[in-house]
Amino acid sequence: MLSVDIEKRLGAFSIAVTFETAAGATALFGPSGSGKTSIVSMIGGLLAPDRGRIALGDDVLFDSSARINVPAHRRRIGTVFQEGRLFPHMTVAQNLDYGRWMSRVSVDPAERARIIDMLNIGALLKRRPGHLSGGERQRVAFGRALLMKPRLLLLDEPVASLDRARKLEILPYLARLRDEARVPMIYVSHQAGEIQRLCSQVVRIDDGHVLATGGLELLDVDGRPAGSPQRVIS
Amino acid sequence: MFELSAEEWTAVELSLRIAVVATFAALPFGLAIAWVLARKDFWGKALLDGIVHLPLVLPPVVTGYLLLITFGRKGLVGGFLADTFGIVFSFRWTGAALACGVMGFPLLVRAIRLSFEAIDRRLEDAASTLGANRLWVFFTVTLPLALPGVIAGMVLCFAKALGEFGATITFVSNIPGETQTLSAAIYTFTQIPGGDVAALRLVVVAVVLALVALIASEWFARRAGLRYHGE
Repeated sequence: MLSVDIEKRLGAFSIAVTFETAAGATALFGPSGSGKTSIVSMIGGLLAPDRGRIALGDDVLFDSSARINVPAHRRRIGTVFQEGRLFPHMTVAQNLDYGRWMSRVSVDPAERARIIDMLNIGALLKRRPGHLSGGERQRVAFGRALLMKPRLLLLDEPVASLDRARKLEILPYLARLRDEARVPMIYVSHQAGEIQRLCSQVVRIDDGHVLATGGLELLDVDGRPAGSPQRVIS
Repeated sequence: MFELSAEEWTAVELSLRIAVVATFAALPFGLAIAWVLARKDFWGKALLDGIVHLPLVLPPVVTGYLLLITFGRKGLVGGFLADTFGIVFSFRWTGAALACGVMGFPLLVRAIRLSFEAIDRRLEDAASTLGANRLWVFFTVTLPLALPGVIAGMVLCFAKALGEFGATITFVSNIPGETQTLSAAIYTFTQIPGGDVAALRLVVVAVVLALVALIASEWFARRAGLRYHGE
């Protein structure tokens, strides 16, 4: 599905990761500051790697040797950020439709209604983001990303800014999203609990490198210092 | 005593026209330069910033004289524009608008630049992941979010244009009905015997115009600001 092989230097910090994902939901799991968000930015096209290659299926999004760098707005990769990033000057409905206007994808009204219904945001359509709760905001952000008919969904700690109750409110929607929308997902988090509920594959990241790729068993941190050599696979 | 004479009305009308034209003509340039200064790093940025701010620190007469030698009939740019497009600035109201636009430009650029710099760039990133190219990001996210600053800049530019005197009179002189603005008319009336009352009437007009512009801008900025908070 998605194959990533990239290097990037950010000041003193360096990222060098190689991994592939299958269909379904894949977690990028690792502590804060391990470079997860930068990796996601490079997949989404907001940050250019120094070297390497990113491909979604047969479609090459970035290839430094072939000098390919598809700009973010042509990648059709839906992204949900930690802070939602809804446009404050637009209503919820305008936020939801922004992606499909800009990407010029036609979304059939029944599909739009189904997504709005699935996320339970029908009552919010006329409001502005300033008047939404954190959980509502994130649900609208999911809807906005879904309505552009993305080829891949990047979820960058989408519930990290929410309290426990709001998290529990959101996670079932995410599970439905995974099962019903059938869009491959990359789920970034440092919370093993969230990942357990949503993902089947795990890419463990630490200090800008892939420690291991595999299934949910990688979520056990078992007290070993991150980055210990016997765990390094790639 | 409170009735404005035809000549005074002409000066008021001309001032308003010049200030409006100067502000709207300066706006696209102001937006472009403010964006470049807020978002780009390039060689000579400090120089560009300096040139933009020059009219703020130079004596207005100097700015007017520089305009005269560049945009006058025999000036490098003025001669070209007159010969190629038939656009003449010298001793025309359009020249007064140019002078006023140039004088108001630094105020316009400053306000817009600050509001561009205050925008959360992560929102622009979000827009591009949703498929918006740079131009669409600018018109659907950057500009609407910067609107209060843009309006504030336009009001400052308008106010500056309305009160401009030194550069205008140096560049296009003081011709009643063509280049004699409110300020120039007030100046003229104070120079002739018995002109005090007429000057005072125009002073009242100037104060009223300035107040209306300030209140209107406050109202617009407040409305634009409220939209973000969802009222």
